[in-house]
Amino acid sequence: MKTKIALAFVASLLASTAAADDKVVKIGNLDDLSGLYSDIGGHGSTIAAQMAVEDSGLVAKGWTIDAVEADHQNKADVAAGIARKWFDEDKLDVIVGLDNSATALAVSQVGKEKNRVVLPSGAATSELTNKACNANTIHWTYDTYALANGTGKTVVKAGGGTWFFITADYAFGHTLQSDTTAVVEANGGKVVGGVNVPINTPDFSSYLLQAQTSKAKIVALANAGGDTTNSIKQAHEFGLTSGGQNLAALLLFISDIHAMSLEVAQGLTLTSTFYWDLNDGTRAFSKRFSERVKNHAMPTMTQAGVYSSVLHYLKALDALGGNPHDGAKIVAKMKELPTDDPLFGKGYVREDGRKIHPAYVFQVKTPAESKYPWDYYKLLATIPAEEAFRPLAQSACPLVKK
Amino acid sequence: MFAALAISPQALFGQLLLGLINGAFYALLSLGLAVIFGMLNIVNFAHGALYMMGAFCAYFLLNDLGLDYWWALILAPLMMGAFGAVIERLLLRRIAGLDHLYGLLLTFGMALVIQGLFQNYFGSSGLPYAIPSALSGGRNLGFMFLPNYRAWVVAFSLLVCLSTWFTIEKTRLGAYLRAATENPALVRAFGVNVPRMITLTYAFGVALAALAGVLAAPINQVRPLMGADFIIVVFAVVVIGGMGSIMGSIVTGFVLGVVEGLTKVFYPEASNTVVFVIMAIVLLIKPAGLFGRTP
Repeated sequence: MKTKIALAFVASLLASTAAADDKVVKIGNLDDLSGLYSDIGGHGSTIAAQMAVEDSGLVAKGWTIDAVEADHQNKADVAAGIARKWFDEDKLDVIVGLDNSATALAVSQVGKEKNRVVLPSGAATSELTNKACNANTIHWTYDTYALANGTGKTVVKAGGGTWFFITADYAFGHTLQSDTTAVVEANGGKVVGGVNVPINTPDFSSYLLQAQTSKAKIVALANAGGDTTNSIKQAHEFGLTSGGQNLAALLLFISDIHAMSLEVAQGLTLTSTFYWDLNDGTRAFSKRFSERVKNHAMPTMTQAGVYSSVLHYLKALDALGGNPHDGAKIVAKMKELPTDDPLFGKGYVREDGRKIHPAYVFQVKTPAESKYPWDYYKLLATIPAEEAFRPLAQSACPLVKK
Repeated sequence: MFAALAISPQALFGQLLLGLINGAFYALLSLGLAVIFGMLNIVNFAHGALYMMGAFCAYFLLNDLGLDYWWALILAPLMMGAFGAVIERLLLRRIAGLDHLYGLLLTFGMALVIQGLFQNYFGSSGLPYAIPSALSGGRNLGFMFLPNYRAWVVAFSLLVCLSTWFTIEKTRLGAYLRAATENPALVRAFGVNVPRMITLTYAFGVALAALAGVLAAPINQVRPLMGADFIIVVFAVVVIGGMGSIMGSIVTGFVLGVVEGLTKVFYPEASNTVVFVIMAIVLLIKPAGLFGRTP
């Protein structure tokens, strides 16, 4: 260890005395490390970033790469403060992770101001590549548009014509609901009602009763984390599905399914861009990942996205031949190079900063269908990369040339 | 009238019943707080964390020892009560007689430490706990589907609340307790072991929190932060009812559950603020709370 540090020190000395293009990179995972999203991204995202560093092979080529982490506590001002300190004092080059949309929007602005790179993976809001887009940010894993599009389209086509929304009463919930409403209506469905619920509600029975009274075929949950698991658990208790209604959880992670158990979660429809058991590539990565995290959990799509984003970032640096410490230049290179990794397959980064790859609509298995640990999803539909995200023609991003 | 409110009477009855069910949790938790405050003069901010630990106890009893829900209903409060007794002996006793603020800070700090440890160990999304098979399913009441488990929760917590009230207000043991709060020195002079009584009272308050935790485990996800979300409302309930008033906390718990339930129908956005609005109004009109005695 000591020699490693000494070597790194010497290397960084050499590097800093060389030209502006050195071979030193500092990566920061800014995430919810202690709150309700910490199982979705959290420390697991830091491990994913470290794995990407190891797999990039750049260390063997003489690069010095550090990955650190910090807790944004789901507060936009805390996140922006840490980002400023990281960029100004600690000379970090790139911030990844960023569960929680509010923190991602704030840090994206700081990244632009300081000309560094911001690669949000956990954030949901599609605003990051819409009005709020910039030349220093790439939104990696998924967004509210992709979730709405995947689940909305598939469920309406399967006969779910009438919808009732249970929506988290803040920006994320409202965006998710309006994005989904647009998709449902475009596909011939109808929204018959909805209710805005304050965040962190322990009891959803009242709202579920309203949903039952509405007679809507689909009860859509536009919420996240503990709110989603509680509403699903209680919908099960109140016999929502046995009454002929179906639940559609618009944002659900595999960690949520694991926490709820299949008994409760079975039959749910959800959209995700990554599932550990999709193919040999995802299985190999996930197995390595789960051996390194506590409780041996399989990676969520957020954590997989962090791995993929760091890998592509380092690929761009390698192609540039050194670290120019110029965020816009690196992001331009990342957009120029096609993306390819075993987790998300082949893809690319669009001019508005949207990473493009396929999305999948899954149904949660019944306990009888699940054959081994974490065997939770069966594939209902694959949405091709070109259709998974908001078309550029509809984008309000100033970077898009029209 | 129902037409004017744009809701069918059936739906309204359903919502009232649901409000009552939630009120049962408020009543059970605020009762524990009231007992502790009334007897120890401590504002127990660790109550939410202890409630959460009760739910975790139920989970471990089931998954590690194979003891089902019914065992948990007895064992979890006993185990947590013992834990409470240890806390009282080791920590709370040292700040007895000091300003309220010390008790508040100590218990709040305890809550943060406990929740932090659980979160570090179990993560944030929590663990599953199924409804016991004897209480699964439900019945159709015509105006709503009532899960059997919810009916059980209301009946059981009402029973626990009323027996607690009876013990404290109507028995000799309760009389000792009340006397010991007024004048511990005098009660000691009569040969009553006051320090032990105080320890047992705190243990009992903690056991009530753990009991609520076991009752909540099949409804909510067993999560490290399940108490943190809940406890603030429960404190408002205690303040509205009158700090330390036993009957006050029970009645207010159920009534506020119903009020909150109705808000969820007519203006859901305000459903987790309505309790605090009521608290503000009550404090303005009757600072000691609805059932509190003005000193």
